Amino acid sequence: MNTLKNPGLIRPALSLFVLLTVVTGLAYPLAVTGIGKALFPKEAAGSLIEQHGQTVASGLIGQSFSGPTYFWSRPSATSPQPDNALASGGSNLGPTNPALKDAVKGRIDLIRAAHPDQTGPVPADLVTTSASGLDPHISPAAAAYQIHRVAKARGLSDEQVRLLVGANTDGPQWGLFGEPVVNVVKLNLALDEVKK
Amino acid sequence: MNSSIVFQTVMYLVVLFVLAWPLSRLLATALDGSLSSRFAFLGRSERALCRLMGINADEDMPWWRYALALLVFHLIGAVFVYAQQRLQGSLPFNPANMGAVSPDSSFNTSISFLTNTNWQGYSGESTMSYFTQMLSLAAHNFMSAATGLAVAVALIRGFVRRKAAGVGNAWLDIYRSTVYILLPLSLVVAVFLVGQGVIQNFAGYKDVKLSETVTYQVPKTGADGQPVKDAKGNPVLVDTKTAIQTLPMGPVASQEAIKMLGTNGGGFFNANSAHPFENPTPLSNFVQMLSIFLIPAALVFMFGRWVGDARQGLTVLGAMTLLFVTMVGVEYWAEIHANPILTHLGMSGLPGNMEGKETRFGIVASSLFTVITTAASCGAVNTMHDSLMPLGGLVPMWLIKLGEVVFGGVGAGLYGMLIYAILAVFLSGLMIGRTPEYLGKKIEAFEMKMVAIAILATPCLILGGTALSVMLDVGKAGMANPGAHGFSEVLYAFASSANNNGSAFAGLSANTPFYNVMLGIAMWFGRFTVIIPVLAIAGKLAAKPRLAQTSGTLPTHGPLFVMLLVGTVVIVGALTYIPALALGPVIEHLQLFGR
Repeated sequence: MNTLKNPGLIRPALSLFVLLTVVTGLAYPLAVTGIGKALFPKEAAGSLIEQHGQTVASGLIGQSFSGPTYFWSRPSATSPQPDNALASGGSNLGPTNPALKDAVKGRIDLIRAAHPDQTGPVPADLVTTSASGLDPHISPAAAAYQIHRVAKARGLSDEQVRLLVGANTDGPQWGLFGEPVVNVVKLNLALDEVKK
Repeated sequence: MNSSIVFQTVMYLVVLFVLAWPLSRLLATALDGSLSSRFAFLGRSERALCRLMGINADEDMPWWRYALALLVFHLIGAVFVYAQQRLQGSLPFNPANMGAVSPDSSFNTSISFLTNTNWQGYSGESTMSYFTQMLSLAAHNFMSAATGLAVAVALIRGFVRRKAAGVGNAWLDIYRSTVYILLPLSLVVAVFLVGQGVIQNFAGYKDVKLSETVTYQVPKTGADGQPVKDAKGNPVLVDTKTAIQTLPMGPVASQEAIKMLGTNGGGFFNANSAHPFENPTPLSNFVQMLSIFLIPAALVFMFGRWVGDARQGLTVLGAMTLLFVTMVGVEYWAEIHANPILTHLGMSGLPGNMEGKETRFGIVASSLFTVITTAASCGAVNTMHDSLMPLGGLVPMWLIKLGEVVFGGVGAGLYGMLIYAILAVFLSGLMIGRTPEYLGKKIEAFEMKMVAIAILATPCLILGGTALSVMLDVGKAGMANPGAHGFSEVLYAFASSANNNGSAFAGLSANTPFYNVMLGIAMWFGRFTVIIPVLAIAGKLAAKPRLAQTSGTLPTHGPLFVMLLVGTVVIVGALTYIPALALGPVIEHLQLFGR
């Protein structure tokens, strides 16, 4: 076989592999990092929120709240603690799994006990775990469900709290994409800033 | 109205086709070499690089040499990815100090990324260094997708060429696919995603101060480092408090873009596209969904253009769209009905099954994403598939098992669908008593044998692997859910691996030596027992003359052939898998709703 017309396969494979690895595995991510930092510095760094000189949250990553003065987030299946950003993931419980039924029953009981004024069905997102375990949002229905409890615990009027909820509610993006949502992390930070 | 499934699906398809049409022109000019002849500097750099790399740019490879080139290329990649994971502890860009990955997990991951599967037994944020994520994983997202494109192009050449000896040059096809198509598209998408909030940095993990201290329980460990057990043998739990949340960081957006555009699907983080840092907004979600189908749809247009009859491409596209829209409908219908066990407890039935879903995506965008990611060989998820309703889980599983031919993976979707098209003309040929032809090429015994191998290989891997796993204790040990759902988990894992999808019913504990090895084998053979027969068909067809159409030729365009093609796909898919699906999702559905 003429080696010039039909070169071996190893050298081309190896050198093409090295070339593409360097271009796509190093040059490309470095280029995106440079451009991203120049155009969207805040987003590239994680949409972090500073308060009183301290980083208190990422506006995108959920946190766990269980006290009476805060709006509660969706349940999180991460371990060992809820909303553990180092172990994102869902419960992976199938619909017929008895463990799912037990978990949801426990959450419904807890929520019913904390909201004696509410008589209707409990909003689904408040008792089911999110896909990432880091969902920063709840539905407007789930926020409305909790308004009276939070207002009472903080000595505010329902109306004051409702206004804050409204300020932290986003409609569908561009009016086209996704669902209306309330950002629980931002809402609770805003609540803590309210002067009584 | 804007949020209805019909509106969202129509909007998605319209935007997709509008973008895919011009892209198909770029694809065609990049891959047939006319781009590098039109722009002299591209041609010059190509030739210079080829000389440097020992590549004969004029070589037209026979099919077997083309296949061999791909195999050698990927074996080198496999060794590299394996080695980098084992050594990552002593390599740079590792602020979180990740140690070496276990041998079986490294094996599984290297096969997974080079076969375009991106099955992930590991959890990214606690396993992989930034360096591994970029150099091994993101780079392979490009190279595996480029291989898919190359094989699809080789097959199209088989139809177009007359009495030719070769099917193209594998090195040039991979180079051009990566540099002219995947790279520029990824750059645009990545920067857009950063604008939406996808992170892109090399910072260390970031601590934030929580407003409320979180109390949780962890197993107590004794002085010997072993968990302490109480009298009954249960681990003793102690309360622990933290007021800190540690946020992972990393070059995510760059990987996210190619993860979608290359239909790879391997997430930077464990939660994949459900993670707010990977997919923060409904708009980023829409762009990710578009990126999955963009190149596969453009390839179908390019196919029509390249064979000189746009109707041929539109027919294939019609069959894909019909299957796609039907499956979106079923998926949405399954998920909009809340779990009756939970509504009986007092949970609201609105908006539907929210377990394992993100609030910002809701039922509509989650259902659409689930169908898209499994119709293609992407496997990214914005919803935890394990927690889908039984029939909501059946849809993605079945789409994967059809071979991901509904738009499908980059390249893989088109060559998969063309295999079905050859089968369809063969079956019709039997019915009308004529020698089957497709696009002017006679389909003969050799081609049909290769088609049979390509279509039967993955079912053997899936059904054989599942059967073996549910018979062995090591296999059963991995199931997280009891009953029929546990069986679905194993079935899904093998379907996803053998068809190079990579999504999962993630409850399955798959990061064990048994599953890492079994699924690694399924991924390797699932990829190459299709690619090699496809290249063989390409080689044989290229050597044949192209026959003129006569009145006796079965037309392979138009609604009749769309239905023939859809029928072939559905019948093969149904006959092969209904028994297995009946044991998993179908039984579970009846248990849930049949009382």
